[in-house]
Amino acid sequence: MTSLTLVRRIRARPQIVFDAMTTAEGIARWWGPDSGPVLISESDPRVGGRYRVRFRRLAGTEHECSGEFLQIVRPEHVIMSWRWKGGAEDPGESRIEIRLRAVPDGTEVTFTHSQLVNEASRQGHEEGWTGALNKLETLFATGVSAQ
Amino acid sequence: MVNYQERLDRTFAALTDPTRRAILARLEHSDSASISELAEPFEIKLPAVMKHLDVLESAGLINRKKSGRTVTVRLRAQPMREAMAWLHRYERFWSTSLDRLTVLAESAEKATRRTER
Repeated sequence: MTSLTLVRRIRARPQIVFDAMTTAEGIARWWGPDSGPVLISESDPRVGGRYRVRFRRLAGTEHECSGEFLQIVRPEHVIMSWRWKGGAEDPGESRIEIRLRAVPDGTEVTFTHSQLVNEASRQGHEEGWTGALNKLETLFATGVSAQ
Repeated sequence: MVNYQERLDRTFAALTDPTRRAILARLEHSDSASISELAEPFEIKLPAVMKHLDVLESAGLINRKKSGRTVTVRLRAQPMREAMAWLHRYERFWSTSLDRLTVLAESAEKATRRTER
């Protein structure tokens, strides 16, 4: 399965982290690949509800993604679908899963973006290959362009 | 002409198999290898190895060159680089986003504590 997982520890209680991650006001303040502005942030955080985020990169290009909340348990679990609007480069639908766990000094967030590549996800979901990629990466590290 | 997305699909699909990943890892350590050298660590028959090599070759991850009776297999770095760059864009996207989320949530936590006092 083509997926990416990031784990963060945040010094804030799960309810606060959860609301920052799922409400329109929260999303407007953190979503995006650089410090460019979020232009549109809409979110209806309940099962079947949708979200839509449009942001502008510092380079000036605008991008929009949207999806549906498939599962939502405040303040510990969210699954949502994700799709780029007009994404010629990445046209498929992928999936985001967020798990929040209370830890003594706050919250541990496990963020997974999966099913990133259609063909690979059709081929079978049992295979996690991020680790393998990391190993192979040693060879290619110098060749990866930083965009 | 194979487009960018199709190339990525093929690369990632080729990488879903552990034997194929092992073959690539093996090629990572040496510039090139013969097919029998590649087959050696696996408990599978040569024809099965050949099939894996076919998949890797059609994904553009390796190329095969025949000289006399020996086939030499070499790694091709470009599709892997492309796949990695693609994945890294997502990684940067979320990494930067989560950094900002952290700042936001931590300041909200502080503000909440002040009002709770």
